[in-house]
Amino acid sequence: MSKDNRKKIRESLAKRNRSERHFQWFGKLGVILGLAAVVLLFVDIISKGSGAFRATYIQLEIEYDPDAIGVLDVNDTEELIFANWQNFAKKSLRDLFPEVTKRGEKRKLNNLVSEGAGFDFRDQLTQSPNLWGTKETLWILADDDIDTYYKSWLDDDPFSARLTSEQIKWIDQLHSKGLIALKFNTKFFERGDSREPEQAGIKGALIGSFFTLVLTLLMSFPMGVTAAIYLEEFAPKNKWTDLIEVNINNLAAVPSIIFGLLGLAIFINFFGIPRSIPVLGAIVLALMTLPTIIITSRAAIKSVPPSIREAALGVGASKFQTTLHHVLPLSLPGMLTGAIIGMARALGETAPLLMIGMVAFIVDIPGGFTDPATVLPVQIFLWIDSPERAFVEKTSAAIIILLSFLMVMNFIAVYLRKRLERRW
Amino acid sequence: MQTSTLVLFLFVIAVFAFYSSQNRSISIAGKLGGIRKLSSLPSYYGTYSVLLTLVPVLLFISLWISLDQLVIERLVVEKIPKEYVPLNTSDYQLMINKIMSISGGIIKNDSVPSWQLDAAVRMRQLSVISQWSITCLSIFMASILVYWGFRRVSENFNARPVVETIMERMLLASACIAIFTTIGIIFSVLFESIQFFRKVPLFDFIFGLEWSPQTAIREDQVGSSGSFGAVPLFVGTILISLVAMVIAVPIGLMSAIYLAEYANTSVRAFAKPTLEILAGIPTVVYGFFAAITVAPVLRDFGESVGLDIASESALAAGAVMGIMIIPFISSIADDVISAVPQSMRDGSLAMGATHSETVKRVVIPAALPGIVGGILLAISRAIGETMIVVMAAGLAANLSINPLDAVTTVTVQIVTLLTGDQEFDSAKTLAAFALGLMLFVVTLMLNIFALQIVKKYREQYE
Repeated sequence: MSKDNRKKIRESLAKRNRSERHFQWFGKLGVILGLAAVVLLFVDIISKGSGAFRATYIQLEIEYDPDAIGVLDVNDTEELIFANWQNFAKKSLRDLFPEVTKRGEKRKLNNLVSEGAGFDFRDQLTQSPNLWGTKETLWILADDDIDTYYKSWLDDDPFSARLTSEQIKWIDQLHSKGLIALKFNTKFFERGDSREPEQAGIKGALIGSFFTLVLTLLMSFPMGVTAAIYLEEFAPKNKWTDLIEVNINNLAAVPSIIFGLLGLAIFINFFGIPRSIPVLGAIVLALMTLPTIIITSRAAIKSVPPSIREAALGVGASKFQTTLHHVLPLSLPGMLTGAIIGMARALGETAPLLMIGMVAFIVDIPGGFTDPATVLPVQIFLWIDSPERAFVEKTSAAIIILLSFLMVMNFIAVYLRKRLERRW
Repeated sequence: MQTSTLVLFLFVIAVFAFYSSQNRSISIAGKLGGIRKLSSLPSYYGTYSVLLTLVPVLLFISLWISLDQLVIERLVVEKIPKEYVPLNTSDYQLMINKIMSISGGIIKNDSVPSWQLDAAVRMRQLSVISQWSITCLSIFMASILVYWGFRRVSENFNARPVVETIMERMLLASACIAIFTTIGIIFSVLFESIQFFRKVPLFDFIFGLEWSPQTAIREDQVGSSGSFGAVPLFVGTILISLVAMVIAVPIGLMSAIYLAEYANTSVRAFAKPTLEILAGIPTVVYGFFAAITVAPVLRDFGESVGLDIASESALAAGAVMGIMIIPFISSIADDVISAVPQSMRDGSLAMGATHSETVKRVVIPAALPGIVGGILLAISRAIGETMIVVMAAGLAANLSINPLDAVTTVTVQIVTLLTGDQEFDSAKTLAAFALGLMLFVVTLMLNIFALQIVKKYREQYE
């Protein structure tokens, strides 16, 4: 080989090795970017949402004096309904800051505590009327603007756009007296939705999601499993079966919003099912997850070796007995895994539920399958649309809860697959 | 009796039917000398009885429930004096709803015209009658069937094949639900779309350049007609999907290649499931991420370099959608790359090619149909994706191909047209179904095409 050629090869080899390294670097970059997206997403949401699990409370000494709320007779229920319960907190705040006298300033002072505090007083006093006339030191939930400010102030990055300088001064004073503090936000887990960010909770959405998901599972799992059994074990190989198969594969890829249109046109307008109820949400989600469950169940049935079937048929079992007594039990773990993954998808689904009216503003916590309800992802969507800044925190917290549910479901699925699935 | 209690009661009857028939078969067998003298096992006689009872009765009940409201409505309206019955459908519906709420006790009886009160009372009576007749009829039917099933038990009657045939039919029925779903989808979008195209010509819809679906309440208001040219929506959808693809395809493909060809097992075992987390995150979370985090960051960045980036830019929505699609592309690409036979790689390496040359010239070309299929499926996902764009993309239909502008998409418009107050037969709501039809047809074609490519390719190496 001539020297010239050898030189050429050496040079080209260097070039080829360089391009080899570059290619590897691109690959690594791809993986790193993908992983970075995962990290970024989680860090962003957790950092935004972790605050919502604690809320700002102000310690006040409340005197349950009927005069303060303009009630003459504490046994008169009519009067109690229309009483101005918020006054308990107002009076106590005025006692704390006696120097505040102007009307406008007073209103600002009153705005320190949440407007929902009055309802809490009402509930408490209706429950235990012997509290009338007594005094009590309570931690009262602060208003959402105060909450946002106080949290950001503790982090040395005060967000004071919605507060006046007096209010900031008062908070300073409260802080130095130790009368304002962050505490675990129990309301967030006990309440339904609310227009007031500090009063809003996710219990309604969680219960709604629970009802919807239970019904979805009850509808789609039996249907999916039986359809899979038919297609794997009984279906004759003909055009009809092919059509069903193509159909299922395509349905799995139909955009979820189309299922919402189906729910709206067929179930609401044609069958007249009322809007916003878990039953309707479950029907739509069941139809949506059905293809996924059929596909995974078929894979599970396929993984049962033919020798099992042949042995059963060999000792005289009928086709149906073989399937019911041997194939089904052996493929059930795989089917369950598929069902859990399908349910995880249904739990996170939003778009079709928007179409069937599950976006309504619902304060009450649903008590059954036919009560108007909303679900967790839709609640997240509703809160993002709200203008109050404090809702961002709530939203992130709701997302954290949603993601933890999904993670638990996926872990269960992986665990089931590892523990129960047999390798042949 | 309430329907749910009735169904529960029927199940109790079914349990009774099972045990009575089973016991009868056992006692018959006892006289003949053991159950081997029977044609089927005792439990099959029981199951036969259960199926014989439940299937027809439940079918009957569901048929009754789906029809009784309609019949009651007819009977009630018949008795209402003609002059009160409105002719157009929406007023008619309103009247029916009102009567229903009166009879349900939601509206107080006083301050209601007497003809409505009469109708409400009649409706109440009829629905009570309907409830009673269905209860009596179905229990009567069930008892006859239980008795019949009981009588049919004999040593010569072979229950097993009958039971199995019925069960197989039921399996077939549930397999057909997928077909019914598709038919339901087609019907629901098609019928409304046809109504829409009666009001707005198809040509104007597909080629019109202006989209402003706000129809005015009064006829004489400015811009009362509304215009339904969907081109800006199509362009917006394509633009956002394109941005998503520009992000997702290189990252997804390169990470798939790296993980399939270069990475050692421990890296692969960590990176693959971690990337797949992205596929499990609900789209509403991505929407939040796009609207609250990515869009403001992009806008501030644009301000600092002197670019005017809209706060609802296509770039933000598209970029986050791209992140969502990464695992989709990478897992499909990983599958098809792993399916390329090792012998092809070995051949190339033996000829002196470097690893990257092998990948670029042998593995990728061999896996190309599968990769293309995967990308097409990903595009169909991007087009149909709703929540990210609803939350992060704009509402105004700008005809623009600049990713820094705010554009809107087909799915955003479907959501905005159908949430909130609506009249069902206005052009505005019907337009949503026409858009749904477009979406369905386009994604369906993409899916069929992509699945065919993937399938064809798989057959080559298996």
